[in-house]
Amino acid sequence: MALADATPVRPRASALRQLARSTSVVVGGFIVAVMVTIAALAPWLGTRDPAEVNPSVRNKLPGYEATIRDDEGKKVPVAYRLGTDSLGRDIYSRVIYGARVSLIVGLTVSVISISIGLLIGLIAGYVRWLDGIIMRFMDGLMAIPAILLAIGLVSVFRAGLFAVVLAIVVPEVPRVVRLVRSIVLSIREEPYVESAITVGTPTPLLIFRHVLPNTLAPLIVQGTFICAAAILIEAILSFLGIGIPPEIPTWGNIMAEGRTLFRVFPHNILYPGLFLAVTVLGVNMLGDGLRDVLDPKMERRG
Amino acid sequence: MSAYILRRLLAAIPVMAIVAVLVFLMLRLTPSDPAAIIAGDFANDQQIAEIRSKLGLDQPILTQFLIWIGNMLQGDFGESFFYKKQVAQLIVERLEPTISLSLLAIVLTVSIAVPLGTLAAYKQGSWIDRFVMGFSVIGFSLPVFVVGYLLIYLLAVKLDWFPVQGYQYLADGFGGWLHRLILPALTLAIVFVALIARMTRTSVLEVLHEDYIRTARAKGQSELKVLVRHALANAAVPILTVIGLTFATLIGGVVVTESVYTLPGLGLLTVDAVLARDYPTIQAVILLFSLAYVLVNLLVDVAYTLFDPRIRY
Amino acid sequence: MQGATDTGGGPILELDGLTVALPKGGDRGNAIDGVSFSVGRGEIVCVVGESGSGKSVTAQAVMGLLPKGQLAVTGGSIKLEGREIAGIAQPELRRLRGQRMSMIFQEPMTALNPVERVGEQIGEVLEIHTPLSAAERRQKVLDIMAAVHLPDPASMIDAFPHQLSGGQRQRVMIAAALVLDPVLLIADEPTTALDVTTQAQILKLVAEMQARRGTGVLFITHDFGVVAEIAHRVVVMQHGRVVEIGSRDEIISRPREPYTQMLIRSVPSLHPPDRKPNASTVALSTNKLCKTYSSGGFLAGKRRVVKAAADVTIDVRRGETVGIVGESGSGKTTVARCIARLIHPTSGTIRIGDVDVATLPERRLRPHRKHVQIVFQDPYRSLNPRRTVGASIIEGPVNFGLATADAIRRARDLMQLVGLQPDALDRFPHQFSGGQRQRIAIARALAMEPKLLIADEAVSALDVSVQAQVLALLDDVRARFDLAILFITHDLRVAAQICDRIAVMQNGVVVEAGPTTEIFAAPKHPYTHALFAAAPGRGVRFGDGLEAVS
Repeated sequence: MALADATPVRPRASALRQLARSTSVVVGGFIVAVMVTIAALAPWLGTRDPAEVNPSVRNKLPGYEATIRDDEGKKVPVAYRLGTDSLGRDIYSRVIYGARVSLIVGLTVSVISISIGLLIGLIAGYVRWLDGIIMRFMDGLMAIPAILLAIGLVSVFRAGLFAVVLAIVVPEVPRVVRLVRSIVLSIREEPYVESAITVGTPTPLLIFRHVLPNTLAPLIVQGTFICAAAILIEAILSFLGIGIPPEIPTWGNIMAEGRTLFRVFPHNILYPGLFLAVTVLGVNMLGDGLRDVLDPKMERRG
Repeated sequence: MSAYILRRLLAAIPVMAIVAVLVFLMLRLTPSDPAAIIAGDFANDQQIAEIRSKLGLDQPILTQFLIWIGNMLQGDFGESFFYKKQVAQLIVERLEPTISLSLLAIVLTVSIAVPLGTLAAYKQGSWIDRFVMGFSVIGFSLPVFVVGYLLIYLLAVKLDWFPVQGYQYLADGFGGWLHRLILPALTLAIVFVALIARMTRTSVLEVLHEDYIRTARAKGQSELKVLVRHALANAAVPILTVIGLTFATLIGGVVVTESVYTLPGLGLLTVDAVLARDYPTIQAVILLFSLAYVLVNLLVDVAYTLFDPRIRY
Repeated sequence: MQGATDTGGGPILELDGLTVALPKGGDRGNAIDGVSFSVGRGEIVCVVGESGSGKSVTAQAVMGLLPKGQLAVTGGSIKLEGREIAGIAQPELRRLRGQRMSMIFQEPMTALNPVERVGEQIGEVLEIHTPLSAAERRQKVLDIMAAVHLPDPASMIDAFPHQLSGGQRQRVMIAAALVLDPVLLIADEPTTALDVTTQAQILKLVAEMQARRGTGVLFITHDFGVVAEIAHRVVVMQHGRVVEIGSRDEIISRPREPYTQMLIRSVPSLHPPDRKPNASTVALSTNKLCKTYSSGGFLAGKRRVVKAAADVTIDVRRGETVGIVGESGSGKTTVARCIARLIHPTSGTIRIGDVDVATLPERRLRPHRKHVQIVFQDPYRSLNPRRTVGASIIEGPVNFGLATADAIRRARDLMQLVGLQPDALDRFPHQFSGGQRQRIAIARALAMEPKLLIADEAVSALDVSVQAQVLALLDDVRARFDLAILFITHDLRVAAQICDRIAVMQNGVVVEAGPTTEIFAAPKHPYTHALFAAAPGRGVRFGDGLEAVS
């Protein structure tokens, strides 16, 4: 028998290089990086205390300049780049600090939803008798429209960051569970997994070695989309006045505050709205690009 | 075919049962005591206890659930803590704006999104495809209330084409109804066109790779007929599925839009109820919306039988 | 079969130097390069080649159906009835398609629109190209459906594709292709997805229609049995070029080119070689093995019970290859998966050595798993793409307590044994070809030092030349390790070559079993009879004009 040589059959272009070539990933990643930098460096970006109330400068238009007494009684000139709200707080500082809440909510929600969903999904995919019970329960959860479920949940708890995160996590988990379960069920059928079974690989090792790596790419993609959804839902809850308490600057809160005087001071809604939209767009573009590169078969679920 | 519909109906019942249990538990596990809320800030323990027993809150939790579900099934959703009215009556009053808004938004969305998505799929990689894809990413990144305020600012405040806020009942004239509803419906549609157009594109694209499309071309069929007779006919089921699933997102959008445009519908009622911790109303509205979602998807399942002869039992 | 009825003028299809470019970054510049041959009136020309030979691209180029934006004709000419059609405008081409030339495809299951009635799909051709009224169209559809021997056309015309069998669907495709009497029919592997008995019927139909209507047929296939059955002339292709053109008998008996000679030699013969009876110990024996699936019940309406395998009793001795032969749905793979305990048998016993593993729970089964190993059909899915082949091979031995260094040593030896470089252990599966991956899968199985190796259609996805090599390898390891092999296949030629004994299965039941030579010489059961009668090219000896050179 001739010694057939293992000729390379065209090596796959490395995923990293493909990512760098994707416009969506580059643009989305850039937007996200800028937002993260803004959030991290908020105190050093020419901001004031975002919660500082000053009755003497209420409802000012962008670009308003005033002289204020600081803590030691000295007079200092202050420029309100984006104007002030009805309590005289600096909109610019509030918008910049608002990035922090949005990004923290987005990140925490996606990490928690993915972790819980992964665990439950693996159980549903591997423990036959639990599968039916888990999936019926998830169907029930999914039948409650996400925002309503979140609204219901925040109404139960005292408003705050924790309640908001929990309220967004609960509706997202079933979607992750479904995704993981469907991957597990299809991977279980793969001949290479069946081969591993016949060579006596114990089930926990089988899951860890052959099944889990296949969930990685879809979960990264799904995680990005959850992050975008979470940022949106947090803003909606705050905007409706049932999310994060109004004294904490979040984009939703700033807009909620700006509603009453919207016709006169539209910038109170438009600037935070712009930041919100651009951030969500960046995260979504990142997710889109990641999906095209890592997991081309997956589609966004409605 | 009727057996199939019956089966889907029966399958919807456990889902609704689980929803009922979840909603019940969610609001019964609240740290705050509904009786204390009703009694108000100045009530004494005696008064609160009376209210508790009146509401049945001193019964074991299972009994409470059975009483509650029994009442629900009879259309008795309890009395609103806040409005001091029957919740059922409250809901009926608020139904029209919500249904009007949802229907108009869906009609607008589907009539724009499906042709757009199909065209994008057919011209995959062309400028129109890139436009649709780009628009769709931007579209579903835009928060509904930001779109709403932007449209109000441009079309109502600056150009004065539409009223800023408010609702006019259909009974008071179709023209006024439509005039006041166009802006909210457009707000919702912008986001949903983005979603549905993209999903339509995916479904049609998938179908266009099927063997029977190649067969049709091998017969000498024209491209338009290939697209409509073979591709769209087969993509109808997945597109319909997506529209059904998106209905959940639409409900969320309705809540926000009603709030932005102060339309006196169920969405506004929900937000007001949450702000007032009006639990019977919250429970009823969540249940009702979930039921609507389940029913819409049931309808979608039934509609499959019209499009796909393989679903026939 | 020789005399093509050449009635008038020149050939109906003439390819001259046809070249189709691949998109940049492919493994070669052109999908097909300078392809020239012709198809005469009433002639069946088979284009035969292994995967990647460019045979399907040739067919698509003629029809003008090359995938848009990926492949395009960049040179040469295509003449249909003397008229140049390469590069003509789409509307012109559309008028020819369905009318002067038509095409049928490999997958009848997916080639029909699932939501449209079959009558409408056949009538669509008439709708496009003729001014006939609906009633006239319906009559013509009924006629052509009767002509392709579809049962009860009057009711089947209103059926949907999912209500038809695979063979019936392919008949519908043929009806649609021939309803306007085109001069050229292109058939792209039209029987590859069908069972052997159905394949025989469809081949017969194609030949019958062609003879009656004088259609020229361009028949694409990879199967030399089919070539022997149907071809007048044969075009052999490799890597996008024509290697050799000749009459059927020339190519099959006396090919000139080395590549064709190699292919012809690789075709397994339907005449099994004599084999010594085997009296070693029994490695596997099953007794009344059953697997039933039940579906439906309660809400889904009538409860259905399917017996995938019923009372299967088989034994395999050490050093012996036993084949299970059957068509799709016969239950042969179910039996294999039960024995490998990838599924739970419903009843019966499976003795490996002296242990009955049929009912052991997973925890107690695991020590016995090493005795039974399996090689699957699809070489592209049987290795974890994220792990090196070395990691895949040592996984099992390490599970059973072998030190990693020792396992690697064993893996290196095995790589050598299956004909691969030991150094390739740290490469990933995508760096190997299909045949090489199948060798690795065999090495992985052998690493467990099993008593029984199950080959589940293990060579079915491979090209004929690679198939011959892997079969030789299996036979070699069987002898070397005194291994019992259970060989699952649908391919009678392969079974004839490698199996000492075979069991023929139909609808979950073993209908006949015995030594391969006896069954091939004198099948007793009517089904076995029918199966053998359907094997394409059964009366033909491949390469009998070649000198027997080793």
